[in-house]
Amino acid sequence: MTLATPAKTRRSPLADRLDVIVAPVFIVFLAIIGAVVWLYSDIDNTTRSILAPEKLQAQMVDTVILGFASSALVIIVAIPIGIAVTRRGLPRVKTFLVDTLGLAQALPAYGLIVIFFSFLGAGINTVILALATFSLLPVLRNTIVGLEQVDQAVIEAGRGMGYTKRQVLFEIELPLAVPVIIAGIRTAIVINIGMAALAFLVGGGGLGETINSGLKLDRSPAILIGAVLVAILALIFDFLGAVAQRYLKPKGM
Amino acid sequence: MSEPLIRLENVGKSYPGTDAPAVGNLTLDVYEGEVLVLVGPSGCGKSTTLRLINRLIEPTSGRIYLKGEDVTEMDSSKLRRKIGYVIQQVGLFPHRTISENIGTVPKLLGWDKETISARVDEMLELVSMDPAIYRDRYPKELSGGQAQRVGVARALAADPDVLLMDEPFGAIDPITRDRLQNEFLRLQQDLKKTIVFVTHDIDEAIKMGNRIAILREGSEIAQIDTPEVILSDPADEFVENFLGSGAILKGLTLKKVRDIELHDIPAMEMPVLRDEALKVLENSLEKTAVLLDKDHKPLRWITEASLNRTAQPIEKSGKPITIDLQPEDTLQDALGVMLQSSVGMAVVVDRRGKYLGCCSIESLASLIISDGGGSSSS
Repeated sequence: MTLATPAKTRRSPLADRLDVIVAPVFIVFLAIIGAVVWLYSDIDNTTRSILAPEKLQAQMVDTVILGFASSALVIIVAIPIGIAVTRRGLPRVKTFLVDTLGLAQALPAYGLIVIFFSFLGAGINTVILALATFSLLPVLRNTIVGLEQVDQAVIEAGRGMGYTKRQVLFEIELPLAVPVIIAGIRTAIVINIGMAALAFLVGGGGLGETINSGLKLDRSPAILIGAVLVAILALIFDFLGAVAQRYLKPKGM
Repeated sequence: MSEPLIRLENVGKSYPGTDAPAVGNLTLDVYEGEVLVLVGPSGCGKSTTLRLINRLIEPTSGRIYLKGEDVTEMDSSKLRRKIGYVIQQVGLFPHRTISENIGTVPKLLGWDKETISARVDEMLELVSMDPAIYRDRYPKELSGGQAQRVGVARALAADPDVLLMDEPFGAIDPITRDRLQNEFLRLQQDLKKTIVFVTHDIDEAIKMGNRIAILREGSEIAQIDTPEVILSDPADEFVENFLGSGAILKGLTLKKVRDIELHDIPAMEMPVLRDEALKVLENSLEKTAVLLDKDHKPLRWITEASLNRTAQPIEKSGKPITIDLQPEDTLQDALGVMLQSSVGMAVVVDRRGKYLGCCSIESLASLIISDGGGSSSS
């Protein structure tokens, strides 16, 4: 019986915090690389104009908006679907969905964006939809897994106490699934921020433009700094996700 | 007996796609204040039957009555709030504190906060857990035995008349289980709840039940009666096999030392002279006497042989009496003490420790024979 095990194996405080330590370390590391490149490489006027602060700022805002909007869309869509397919009577739908979305994730993000472009035309909405499709699976899968790993005895006890099915969902299943679901959302946000670098392909803006300009005009410092910024943004959100996982976890678990 | 508190009438449950129904056609009455134990081999449908009562499983046929009221169509969640439910795996909510766990049903019933909090403390004390220590802890901090205490407290929190227990002590180590069973029986003496208790362990059934229903496949009742009758007069071969070979020994847990005729063993109060003692022993059939202290508490077994063997003072001869029985102890305890004792007898004392008499293996055997225990050939 799981409840009977009083104390889990004690981990060292450092190992326990690893998830919130790794990202900041990498962020600092990447920031140093970026700074070194900026300070010590040949920066000509073209590079300077590619890396103009107001441009970079706008692109970063774009990237964050793309990442957030697509992730929000994923959350709104995937969690209710995850809840619906774990209710009784829909096991086939669940398998079908997970398989199909696995397929969507097997597609290169690049291809997915272009496919959506050919149907929906250029613009930020196309990118948001493409990203959302791409990152739906981690959230959906984690919602399903998170709900299914809830101890059946706890659900049975809840039903036996007189909780309605809806109360069991909101009072027991979802709170207990939160850690797993947030882990999925964290994965999705990181994917989306990273993939938002491809938004420029269909006129969606974002830091991909800096990298693209650097490539076209053969300015490696610009490429590198663009890439470093994308990575730092993704890591910041990964860090925020780790913090959320830590503090939104229900007490007593 | 009076009107049953719970009545299952021709209740059946079958699942689509299976031939044999999980519960065939069960009619069962549970009377107010009794502990009815459903016992049977695994897969006989006893748990299913239990869950039909609070409609965690909806019956496919038949009616269920609670206090004479037909609850077959009632809102099942509302029904369950009136019925306590304890399961083997306990199922405490891991994200809620002990007090939140215990307060679950009162909260569902819309009690106010102060009432709930007072009730939670009362419940914790009822199951012998200190509220100050445990109120704000989380379930993972509890041992298995403590968790099940909280499970029982949670089931009793809203003071339901009926308690359903599905192998509540099944996952607990034997020593703790025994303690929890005894505590639970003591609680039940005060609470007088109507309890339906499921177990696969016939010994537990005999210990806990006022009545026992032995079920065979499809939840068909093979025999339903008091433990005494089931042990002494099993209805058929199935019941006999289920009871196993130790039915007589099991029956000993149902009888108390006070049921047995005490053996007349002479007692000598300190101080005694050796000659007096020898005279007493001469008249004793067993050539044994009990030496008592000034307060009539038994000290030692004195035999003729032990007196003749040594020149030691009388209070140092013979064998010391280390364990004694009280009239409330079961005959199974008595048998254990007798087998350990050097003279094959056990001393019975009253609550204050005063000597009442002795019981011997012979008197135990004659009780079993006169009762006709195990008279049916097996």
